[in-house]
Amino acid sequence: MNGEKVVEPLSFEKSAPGRKGLPWPVCDVPVIQVDKQIPANLLRTEPAQLPELSEPQVVRHFTRLSHLNYSIDTNFYPLGSCTMKHNPKVNDRIVQIPDFAGLHPLRPHELSQGILEILYEVERWLSEICGMDAFTLQPSAGAQGELTGILVARAYHEHRGEKRPVVLIPDSAHGTNPASVALAGLTAVTVKSTADGQVDLDDLLQKLTKDVALVMMTIPSTLGLFEPRIQDIAKKIHDAGALLYMDGANLNALVGLVRPGDLGVDVLHVNLHKTFATPHGGGGPGAGPVGVKKALEPFLPVPRVAFENGVYRRKFDRTNTIGRVHGFQGNVGVLIRAYAYMRLQGAEGLRDISENAILAANYLKAKLTPLFPKMPAGACMHEVVVSGEGAFGPGVRTLDVAKRLLDYGYYAPTIYFPMIVPEALMIEPTENESKETLDHFVETFRTIIAESKATPDLVKTAPHTTPVRRLDEVRAARDPRLRYKP
Amino acid sequence: MDPKDLRFTKSHEWIAPDGTVGISDHAQHEITDVVFVELPKTGRAVKAEEACAVVESVKAAFDIYAPVAGTIVATNEEGAKNPGLLNKSPYGEGWLYKIQMTTPADRES
Repeated sequence: MNGEKVVEPLSFEKSAPGRKGLPWPVCDVPVIQVDKQIPANLLRTEPAQLPELSEPQVVRHFTRLSHLNYSIDTNFYPLGSCTMKHNPKVNDRIVQIPDFAGLHPLRPHELSQGILEILYEVERWLSEICGMDAFTLQPSAGAQGELTGILVARAYHEHRGEKRPVVLIPDSAHGTNPASVALAGLTAVTVKSTADGQVDLDDLLQKLTKDVALVMMTIPSTLGLFEPRIQDIAKKIHDAGALLYMDGANLNALVGLVRPGDLGVDVLHVNLHKTFATPHGGGGPGAGPVGVKKALEPFLPVPRVAFENGVYRRKFDRTNTIGRVHGFQGNVGVLIRAYAYMRLQGAEGLRDISENAILAANYLKAKLTPLFPKMPAGACMHEVVVSGEGAFGPGVRTLDVAKRLLDYGYYAPTIYFPMIVPEALMIEPTENESKETLDHFVETFRTIIAESKATPDLVKTAPHTTPVRRLDEVRAARDPRLRYKP
Repeated sequence: MDPKDLRFTKSHEWIAPDGTVGISDHAQHEITDVVFVELPKTGRAVKAEEACAVVESVKAAFDIYAPVAGTIVATNEEGAKNPGLLNKSPYGEGWLYKIQMTTPADRES
């Protein structure tokens, strides 16, 4: 902590023996001896060392910590690749009404028509938006969506009697893709990018053998670029008997403008928390629905929701399904929020969102270009990747500038990703921000760049005004202290 | 090791005449402080350009490719225990592994 004042002591440090939050009522059910239920070798030999605090101490502790939070509700959050956009509060209100909040997933379908209709409609609308034939809403996050999509593709190939163990992934794709491939028992092979950030077609074609099950592309790529040759690439992939997977994490740049299915995409996942404004991670449940073309539909997870003779039902009878990837229908609360968002926006509103996200990123790019000598030419999609090379004062790196942004009250953009851009800064403004916010952000950059030249040490030792100063990331990684020791 | 005696790959590994492999000074500077090193098992046969080690910094994790085909005959356990050596001494104590080259002439290509 570099001898700084402690922002908030650990709850352990405030503990006093015997202090209690709540007086427990007398137990009114038979007491079961825990040590009779759990094998002796798994029992603690001494009691857990838990902090002992009063209720107001606990309330103040967590309230004070919560005041240190930085969120999209407090300020601009231009974290590239993450799409930190505003989540309309009405969506949270809707999902909290007892008719949704009180639903039980085992209630028979006759009594669950409303929620089944919503799930059916979400699937139908996502299919329409993405140009796909069917969706599963089960996966609980983008990465689980990737895994599900890969398993579906693998099942498709195996069903045709083909063994294809390889998945090709351009180096401009999302970093989770190779991990999902490995988890699905396949082998990831990297495809290079050209200097302008597009897929190296020669490298792709050379690696596109009969062993390839899938090519996973992020569209637009992590460089915020649309692949203009995508239809041609899709054809070559199909000619080789492989499938085209689209990592749809950046779908927020495409909605209402381009339908991935029309480009030749066979399977994709979308992140509802990005494109459809459901809350971001931080421990909360997410959703990463997976869409497929007709030929892959039989392999989707069960249960599916079907609409037959005016009645919505869950269907389990799919012989080729890969099985379940989540309990019940997925994280339904998130799906209801996405439903509300789509209803609220309508087709035109969704298109406006993508257009405004692209406009905001290109506005930032145009305003930042004079400040960054290595700015790539051409328009971007929903995010702008800037190279910090040659832009800052002596010895000042992108990391230092990102830290200095914290002093000015901004969340720092993503840095050093994508790795193919030296000293990268990846900025994603989303569609929500006003021109004034974007202008002020650019002016802050101008100020920091001037500081980096006039007073480089000021930038190199930033942040100066945050609750904690620059953290020793190296020591944290080399010598981690993972639990409290008195 | 004197950098003059080393041969370098495009992906910033170096290989010495005796088959010792490490990362270049430029590479250690670019990836910044190394916090974790994963070394191959000795006895493992590797192909040229095969990923056979991982170097992780606070920035990201990087695959280290075998500059030539051969068999891993030694690894730098001290470097794995103290990853800072890769930054401090990329051509010396920060070496990664030693490879017995299938065809020693490969080093020259």
